[in-house]
Amino acid sequence: MATANHLLEVNDLTIHFLLEDGVVKAVNDLSFTLNAGETIGIVGETGAGKTTTALGLMRLVQSPPGLVVKGEINFEGQNLLDLSENDMRKVRGNKISMIFQDPMTSLNPVMPVRDQIAEVILLHQNMSAKEAIVKAEEMLNLVGIRKERSKEYPHQFSGGMRQRVGIAIALACNPTLLIADEPTTALDVTIQAQVLELMKQLKQDLNTSMIMITHDLGIVADICDKVAIMYAGTVVELADKVDLFKNPKHPYTVGLFGSIPDITNDDDELKPIKGAMPDPTDLPSGCPFRTRCDHVRDACAAFNMQKTDVGNGHYVKCILFEGKGV
Amino acid sequence: MHKYILKRLLMMVPVLLGVIIIIFSLNYFMPACPVARRLGDAATPDQIRQGRDELGLNDPYVVQLGRFVGNIVRLDFGDSFHTGQPVTSEIAARFPNTFQLALFGVLLGLIIGIPLGILSATRQYSLFDSGATFLGLLGASIPNFWLGMMLIIVFSVNLGWLPAMGFDTPLHMIMPVTAIGTGSAAIIMRMTRSSMLENIRQDYVRTARAKGQSERVVIFRHALKNALLPIITVAGLQFGVLLGGAVLTENIFTIIGLGRFMVDSMHRVDSPVILSGVLFIALIFSFVNLAVDLLYGFVDPRIRSQYK
Amino acid sequence: MQNTETQQKRKKHSQFREVWKRFKRNPIAMTGLVIIVLVASLIPLAPVIAPGTDFDPGYDVQNLRYRFLPPSLQRHVIYDENGNQIGGSGRIHIFGTDNFGRDVFGRIAHGASTTLSVGFIVLAIALTIGVVLGAISGFYSGMTDNIIMRFIDIILAVPNILMALALGAVMGPGLTTIMIAVGIGAIPGYARIVRASVLSLREQEFVEAARSIGANDFRIIRRHILPNCIAPIIIEATMGLAGAILAAAALSFLGLGMTPPSPEWGAMLSLGRDFMLAGEWHMTFFPGLFIALMVFALNMVGDGLRDAFDPRLRTANISKKKFLRQTAQMRRDLAGGE
Repeated sequence: MATANHLLEVNDLTIHFLLEDGVVKAVNDLSFTLNAGETIGIVGETGAGKTTTALGLMRLVQSPPGLVVKGEINFEGQNLLDLSENDMRKVRGNKISMIFQDPMTSLNPVMPVRDQIAEVILLHQNMSAKEAIVKAEEMLNLVGIRKERSKEYPHQFSGGMRQRVGIAIALACNPTLLIADEPTTALDVTIQAQVLELMKQLKQDLNTSMIMITHDLGIVADICDKVAIMYAGTVVELADKVDLFKNPKHPYTVGLFGSIPDITNDDDELKPIKGAMPDPTDLPSGCPFRTRCDHVRDACAAFNMQKTDVGNGHYVKCILFEGKGV
Repeated sequence: MHKYILKRLLMMVPVLLGVIIIIFSLNYFMPACPVARRLGDAATPDQIRQGRDELGLNDPYVVQLGRFVGNIVRLDFGDSFHTGQPVTSEIAARFPNTFQLALFGVLLGLIIGIPLGILSATRQYSLFDSGATFLGLLGASIPNFWLGMMLIIVFSVNLGWLPAMGFDTPLHMIMPVTAIGTGSAAIIMRMTRSSMLENIRQDYVRTARAKGQSERVVIFRHALKNALLPIITVAGLQFGVLLGGAVLTENIFTIIGLGRFMVDSMHRVDSPVILSGVLFIALIFSFVNLAVDLLYGFVDPRIRSQYK
Repeated sequence: MQNTETQQKRKKHSQFREVWKRFKRNPIAMTGLVIIVLVASLIPLAPVIAPGTDFDPGYDVQNLRYRFLPPSLQRHVIYDENGNQIGGSGRIHIFGTDNFGRDVFGRIAHGASTTLSVGFIVLAIALTIGVVLGAISGFYSGMTDNIIMRFIDIILAVPNILMALALGAVMGPGLTTIMIAVGIGAIPGYARIVRASVLSLREQEFVEAARSIGANDFRIIRRHILPNCIAPIIIEATMGLAGAILAAAALSFLGLGMTPPSPEWGAMLSLGRDFMLAGEWHMTFFPGLFIALMVFALNMVGDGLRDAFDPRLRTANISKKKFLRQTAQMRRDLAGGE
């Protein structure tokens, strides 16, 4: 594992929320690497800590109550957690940018969309206000919005169009890393495909690395190179996409695949994972998935969530594989 | 836009008509007789009846109401029973001070309330925030007339720094405006704080931060502009409250204004003054509300698009 | 049916217990509550701590020999040049005496009942009318709603004090005038809050369910809708009580209230004002202080209730700086522990 080549290397990132009713352990010992041009999918149910992970990478977790407890985010050889707030601002929107989940709320309602794109350009590129506006209109054109509409406000656009504006903002400064937090979840199915296609194409053209946060395995299959499966704040399995789809190891991952309907196999019954996610303020000891796992055993309660390398950079955190790695 | 203003002006008509009818009816059914009051105890019933006839007070309700409304449309508000002067000129002579008092009060409230509210919200739960929240609650609770009197006791009676009466020079204005504006400052501060807190948590603020925007710009350009709507609403309402509150302040600081005039007229049972004074203030207040509504559109494009 | 109703009741009880639990933890709100209890306790205690008519000077006996005594913690005694006691009221006037030689604290203590009962009566009037109008307006939209809301607009178009002046001119000064004037002015607040709550509740499933089993409108409003907007009503009522006391004091100050001899805080202020420029500050300071204190305390409780009723997940109530300081150790422990 040659560290130097990775664009992004996250080590043991742990983020907690300190609430009056207890501590929410939103992200626990999260580690992964990402190379230039690569796309990683972070997959999990609602509340698994995906969005917190994304915001944590941008250092945008609301604090208080959020707290990056420990970890490293090495981006282009530098630990982002060590940067001053000022230096971090030069990274945000410029080297690393983000597309948010809900386009209905993530744009400023009282600012024309053009100005919202120009804002990020003015911040990071040496341009006059006029040039930035021209560039903003180019960006709009790139995502398929006509120049005439550039002076309009977010409420005058549909959800899909707004998400295109969000994409334009995110890509305006040619970031090396793009974090997309469920960019299509809030959109209609037909629009989803369009937006996804647009992102895929732009990513290719601009050679951007991407972290795609989603709960949709279809999107993963479509767009990602590797996948991290997240459950209750922990990455339980991390692998190359093909490897993971062919050979899922962790019972949760297996369960996820089991809960997808398969139209080619009629008599195959849908097998949803039983139970529900544990209360985030009161996670079970040991493996958080043990309360829903079919393979649960007594030792699970004491399992230290050590990761096991089962070969080919395929990691899994499960007691079933402890000591069986390569 | 013009169409919207016209529509709003038309909507004001029934409300003002309602005010007229209610105020007029109160006056019509009032037991106290202004003629008897003016003529004193020595007046004979005949004199009173004659006096009432001259003023048209013996006509039926509908006739009097019709005449009243007709006069108002011609901007004729009648003569004061007490001074004999046209009410219009009496009001015109006194209103500027009242208007200034209320306006400066609201401005003081905005100048103090908005910055404090923003600071308080951006430093939620800090010592500053607790202090400002406490002062905000205190400021909203202190009776403005009591505050005025305390200011007079301290700064006029004991220190001798400021004049206790009148509203002629900026020096005269300091205490009345402080007395009337403190409550508004507190209320505007509280609204600014909660509105900012609400907006700071919004997704678009996170988007602005994700662009690498500095916290200062995030707060002022993004959050504040969105937080303005309820602040404007409260400031507009405060203007109305202060137009009423001026009654007390003018009394305490012996300012020649509409409010004090109306209190005196109430004691004198000078009904034309009361009627038209209330109506006049209601009219001014309605226009202020209209202005506030138009400001909404200026601030928020979503509302602007409804104006068309 | 019986069973579900008791269950509902139990649930409601536990909700209030939960609110009380959160309220108790709020120091500002509890301070307010203590102040209210202390001021309210003046009502039963007034005859004991400030006896009136049979004492000279009491709260209601004029004795010009003792006028304008300054506030003092000592008994009022007058000595001759030889140090012999030759006079004085012999009593402690902690807030001094007024221009008629009446004890200011005694008058404040006796005035508490007037001030508080005016506040509560106004609240009762405005709350009843406001809730009924708001509920009807929200439940039956369309024409009914329109008429009621225009009526509310009319009330809102005239500043309260001016409405009171007009009423004062018509009805003559008196407590009733004040209560009606302040009460009318307070209606729109309650009506609007209830209307907004009802509008949002009207479409919810449990209302649909009640309708489907044949409950009539009155029953639906009374049993299903109003209990569910009790929180905003309680908060508004607390703040409204403060507003009513403030407004009543203001009107009383303007001479719309009681005839002077009976003690009332606003009227005391009005009386004190005549002697303010002569330096008799205590006659205005103390009655005003009690008005401010009472209003402040009610607002503190109102704010506390609002926070306590708010079901959102509460974050630790500390500033960013303090948060980072407090968590520094924890971060070190966790990071070093690996």
